Amino acid sequence: MTDLVPVLSATWGAEQSWSLDTYTEAGGYAPLKKALGMEPGDLIQAVKDSGLRGRGGAGFPTGMKWGFLPPDDGGPRYLVVNADESEPGTCKDIPTMMSAPHALIEGVIITSYAIGCNHAFIYLRGEVVHVYRRLLQAVREAYEAGHLGKDIHGSGFDLDVTVHAGAGAYICGEETALLDSLEGRRGQPRLKPPFPAVAGLYARPTVVNNVESVASVPAIVDKGVEWFTAMGTERSKGMGLFSLSGHVTRPGQYEAPLGITLRELLELAGGIREGHELKFWTPGGSSTPIFTQDHLDTPLDYESVGAAGSMLGTRALQLFDDTTCVVRAVTRWTEFYKHESCGKCTPCREGTYWLTQILKRIEAGRGTEADIQQLLDTCDSIAGRSFCALGDGATSSIISSVKLFREEYEAHVEQGGCPFDHSASALFDYSDTPATEEAHA
Amino acid sequence: MTYDETTLAQLAEDAAAIIARYPVKRSALLPMLHLVQSVDGFVSPDGIQFCAEQLELTAAEVSAVATFYTQYKRRPNGEYQVGVCTNTLCAVMGGDRIWDELSEHVGVGHDETTEDGQITLERLECNAACDYAPVMMVNWEFFDNQTPESAKQVVDDLRAGKDVAPTRGPAKVCSFKQVSRVLAGFEDGRADEDQGAGAPTLAGLAAAKEQGWKEAAK
Ligand SMILES: Cc1cc2nc3c(=O)[nH]c(=O)nc-3n(C[C@H](O)[C@H](O)[C@H](O)COP(=O)(O)O)c2cc1C
Ligand code: SF4
Ligand code: FES
Repeated sequence: MTDLVPVLSATWGAEQSWSLDTYTEAGGYAPLKKALGMEPGDLIQAVKDSGLRGRGGAGFPTGMKWGFLPPDDGGPRYLVVNADESEPGTCKDIPTMMSAPHALIEGVIITSYAIGCNHAFIYLRGEVVHVYRRLLQAVREAYEAGHLGKDIHGSGFDLDVTVHAGAGAYICGEETALLDSLEGRRGQPRLKPPFPAVAGLYARPTVVNNVESVASVPAIVDKGVEWFTAMGTERSKGMGLFSLSGHVTRPGQYEAPLGITLRELLELAGGIREGHELKFWTPGGSSTPIFTQDHLDTPLDYESVGAAGSMLGTRALQLFDDTTCVVRAVTRWTEFYKHESCGKCTPCREGTYWLTQILKRIEAGRGTEADIQQLLDTCDSIAGRSFCALGDGATSSIISSVKLFREEYEAHVEQGGCPFDHSASALFDYSDTPATEEAHA
Repeated sequence: MTYDETTLAQLAEDAAAIIARYPVKRSALLPMLHLVQSVDGFVSPDGIQFCAEQLELTAAEVSAVATFYTQYKRRPNGEYQVGVCTNTLCAVMGGDRIWDELSEHVGVGHDETTEDGQITLERLECNAACDYAPVMMVNWEFFDNQTPESAKQVVDDLRAGKDVAPTRGPAKVCSFKQVSRVLAGFEDGRADEDQGAGAPTLAGLAAAKEQGWKEAAK
């Protein structure tokens, strides 16, 4: 049995866990002092050596990303923290910032020092006002304690941090759309190259990192590269937050070494809800191909999940039991992508529209056998042909679910409706016939 | 613009504070649109004009940005924005049923406001609280683990003028305008208010303790 390793989550249960005092008493901001005594280049090397990979979904090595910034030309360079957390199923950065915002702030300061940034931004999705309060307060406390501002702790290093609230748009989590949004524009992805490392915010060299990636940095500085690399698997080092949601006895945040399995996590979380069995799950949010019981022992690291045909993504483990209609689940995710498509490119804008039409038809029992093939063909014209990864993500659950549960699509066609009782999936009792389902059409 | 002198002076002062946070003026636009909503309760034509003047943009440029984001409202919003998450995970766990019952109870549909101007209903996408499904948000505060009954009770209490506390967040839900001001980046002194972290947030810690992990190990 793999042991959980609370690092980021270690203080979440403490009294006033979000305050500077609590964080400092638990050893917080000591890593900052240590980092300020190091050469920036050595910090970058340490993060490279740790093997830390981006926790925002793609898993790009963090130290390498920092190292891509061009040499200092005297002009500004920026760190932008991606706190947009909107990938369906993903719910780890919000509790991190709500319960321990200073872990992120300290990570921001160390990262900024390492990459030579004097003004960092945290782009928070706008729909979580209490998290914004906590971040605004944490930044103010950090200024008052001398962790931010001019000549931080006599190091000669200056840093300002601006916490910025977005306004509701999933696509703003895509790093270049995020930069456009932060510049006060519609959040639409930019053509790459140039990559943000070369021309990011205000066309200046920029590092965009996820909340959890940045918040992991102080612990690496504090406890060392070897401590970090002792956790995880061959090429997926360290710990990560695994977010269990859905039909599980104790849903929530489980911080564990990468490579833990769902079987182990389920044991810790009390198993699938009583009287039921796991049917399908997402390993890393709704943009990752779904898994079934066959994947209970797949190590949840980047390589193993990839080899099994999905992606580790954001470790958002959405669990659905045997009461759940897979067609219903996939249709709803697809409606999400249609709603959130920024409209910039045709395959995604038009494709997600058609996918939604077909899926709704099938779900409502008005589909045909040919519709199922049409779904796959439409996915073919989106995946790999879209301007950004949202388009690819929109096809993941469709392609994987048709492969794994084709007979369930066919059952909708043959029976002229959904064979499932939706009330059986709900976490509370209700007995009415699902007459109002049409309201979603 | 039809803002009176005091309102305009306050807006200008706040706008200056927002603009000062960024190296390039235009970055102030999103928070300034939240600021406009804190005064008008939606992105009003006056507000658009104000942002345009402050940031040296055209009104069309400001509108094009405002319409891209779902949190900016084109019509006067209710005092309370009530959103039910109907993305897959919450929907399956009961969010669909909550939405149906709540919408019927209140008598308005998606993006509609009750006649008394109190409640604007909305179907939400995932709000990053899936471990607390089914989830409802009121003025962007968390109402976790909802049922149709609990959701209706919250709305009834709000309409009756009672103070209502979220399940995670501050001591009470503030008005749409007050919350919009926070989203513009102005603290309201409520950051230390708390309803507890919630069992799912602490689930991993509890399991770790059972495995023998000690808090001091940090
Ligand atoms: C549609 C879309 C949405 C995304 N949403 C997020 C998000 O909410 N948070 C995040 O950190 N990364 C998100 N990403 C990934 C970012 O583009 C980027 O890879 C990440 O912020 C880099 O940080 P990391 O290397 O630390 O993971 C998204 C990507 C896409 C295509
Ligand atoms: S793939 Fe979709 S979200 Fe991405 S740029 Fe194209 S239309 Fe926009
Ligand atoms: S699906 Fe409802 S909060 Fe994530």
